[in-house]
Amino acid sequence: MTLAEIKVAIESLFPGTILENEELADHQVEFKGDQWLEVATFMKNDPDLSFDQLECITGFDTGVEGSLQTRYNFHSMEHRHKIEVIISHDRENPKVASIEKIWRIGDWFERETYDMFGIVYEGHRDLRRILCPDDWEGWPLRKDYEGQLDYHGIMVPKMKEESGWE
Amino acid sequence: MGVLENKFQDNIVVASLDKLLGWARSTSPWYFQFGLACCAIEMMASAASRHDLERIGMMPRSSPRQADVMIVAGTVTMKMALRVKKLYEQMADPKYVISMGSCATSGGPYWQHGYHVLKGVDLVVPVDVYVPGCPPRPEALIEGLLKLQEKIQTERPLTRKSA
Amino acid sequence: MGVVKGDQMILNIGPQHPSTHGVLRLEVMTDGEIVSEIRPHLGYLHRCFEKHCENVTYEQVIPFTDRCDYLASMNSNFGYVVAMEELMEIKVPERVEYIRVIMGELNRIASHLLALGVYGLDIGAFTPFLYMLRDRERILDMFEYTCGARLLYNYMWVGGLSHDLPKDFEKICIDFLDYFEPQISEYNQLLTYNKIFVERTADVGVLPADVAVSYGVTGPNLRASGVKWDVRKDEPYSIYDRFDFEVPIGTGELGTIGDCFDRYLVRMQEVRESVKIIRQALKDIPGGDVHQALPKKIRPPKGSVYRRTESPRGDLGYYIVSDGTPVASRLKMRSPAFTSLSVLDEISRGWMISDVIAILGSLDIVLGEIDR
Repeated sequence: MTLAEIKVAIESLFPGTILENEELADHQVEFKGDQWLEVATFMKNDPDLSFDQLECITGFDTGVEGSLQTRYNFHSMEHRHKIEVIISHDRENPKVASIEKIWRIGDWFERETYDMFGIVYEGHRDLRRILCPDDWEGWPLRKDYEGQLDYHGIMVPKMKEESGWE
Repeated sequence: MGVLENKFQDNIVVASLDKLLGWARSTSPWYFQFGLACCAIEMMASAASRHDLERIGMMPRSSPRQADVMIVAGTVTMKMALRVKKLYEQMADPKYVISMGSCATSGGPYWQHGYHVLKGVDLVVPVDVYVPGCPPRPEALIEGLLKLQEKIQTERPLTRKSA
Repeated sequence: MGVVKGDQMILNIGPQHPSTHGVLRLEVMTDGEIVSEIRPHLGYLHRCFEKHCENVTYEQVIPFTDRCDYLASMNSNFGYVVAMEELMEIKVPERVEYIRVIMGELNRIASHLLALGVYGLDIGAFTPFLYMLRDRERILDMFEYTCGARLLYNYMWVGGLSHDLPKDFEKICIDFLDYFEPQISEYNQLLTYNKIFVERTADVGVLPADVAVSYGVTGPNLRASGVKWDVRKDEPYSIYDRFDFEVPIGTGELGTIGDCFDRYLVRMQEVRESVKIIRQALKDIPGGDVHQALPKKIRPPKGSVYRRTESPRGDLGYYIVSDGTPVASRLKMRSPAFTSLSVLDEISRGWMISDVIAILGSLDIVLGEIDR
């Protein structure tokens, strides 16, 4: 199926989900986050769409004043078609439904995006940091991240001032 | 040596006690395989068939209690730093540390923006020999080990250390 | 084997343990011998790769990609340059494509040799490890002859390569392949059909195909469960569509489809297929200049790309978002070992603690790639 047909199939069952955005490429589509769990279940179980492989979940920070995004890459092994779904979140309180019960790899991918960006996935069975230690402060991959000065007494930056090593 | 030299047959050796102890302690240090990242693969390659580490007396041990030398091979992160310290404290005296690779020496290629990288393992444990490289060749690691053996030989374990 | 409910204890394996898969901590709930749950703890090698990619230029990212999957650095580079060339729409010369395939497949052989040797070491067989590492050293010699480095190469650049093949490389490579092919039967005699090895790996840790796809497992682990999926054949990149090679899948030869023995055997068969690909590439390699298409300054157009390639561990994906500047806005590496490790809990329930070591070894993980 082409992307246009996939969009029609999703829009017919879940009207209002797809947001129009000219800046997106051919394979990308932006969804509104409120019905995400139902749309995702439909994408997996419908025999014409059959997206059985969740390839990657990437978090993205559009800028210091902008929003946070979660980008999902899906692929169907049966029909050999792909789609990329973008969902935007408010910077102050980013959250969206978790899809880890549908594709089991969503579990670890969502934990990683939570660890790096602070996006909360509601309904996740065990949302905690996966790469940084549990008592780490801050969301490292956000554009406005300020590293902490020390961790349990060990100094974190190379030097206190960033000078002279360029 | 001096007065007593060549007075006895060939199988009697006369030396100072420090030198004798230095020779005995340096020639078969067992290393604690603390391979963390890419340098661990070069450490394994130096222990394998082509550059054999056992011919200079080094045997890999997996438990810190049985080891003399800890080769910190790879990047130490903040999460791991506390464990490195704990493992170092579990080793029995006399113990030595070799910092292998640029990451363990000073943070390596991750020094500038690595918020989770420890910029040098000498911030948590005292290091005896630094082996630079990214990763150092097996020959470089062997040279580092031989330098450590020289360092152990020149130690004076019987001299009372001044406070 | 059923899960025994009784007094459970927590056994901590790692983060420093003698098996050389790296710094991984496994929290095992067990009643003493039978495992009921495993919780892996990662992050002990989190080196902030993605943060570095947002602060250094696109050319400077390549040595960092080497260090993520340090056993197969040529393939990590390959994945990155394929994604970047798709974003920037660069066409590289034919000679570059052939050399990239040769180097990628040689590194695949080296990575599999190390994985299989270390797996034998985990099970308890020391000799195959020494034999396989001896042959791997010959491959590393060839890499050193070409680009000067043994383990981390920085060889594939966006639009070309860093060095051309040196004098007589084709002859040295053919000599190595002629020496190496009979060695595979020697490994089979030493390890593969050894009774103890088969008893410890056959029927252990069976991974069903639907569980594998849901957990995002790819590469030899997925193929051992019977699913015929190889990015080189199904979404071909570079010039892989010109070569004739098979994709081995697990058949449950000595046990069940998808057990540890199948994962081991699929890797052994893939080594043979890589030798075939290298022979075909060496025959047809054209002349040319490998530095011809290197761009003066890498400044991709605004946009994003997600491209996956086949690394020895599975689908290596790079998601790159560019905003028109020489520095990436976001670069995410989708690592195949991350997804392979996530399935460990599911397939180890009900097995004994020593079986957990056998299962973990058969998944072939590299912590540098998982933690990035």
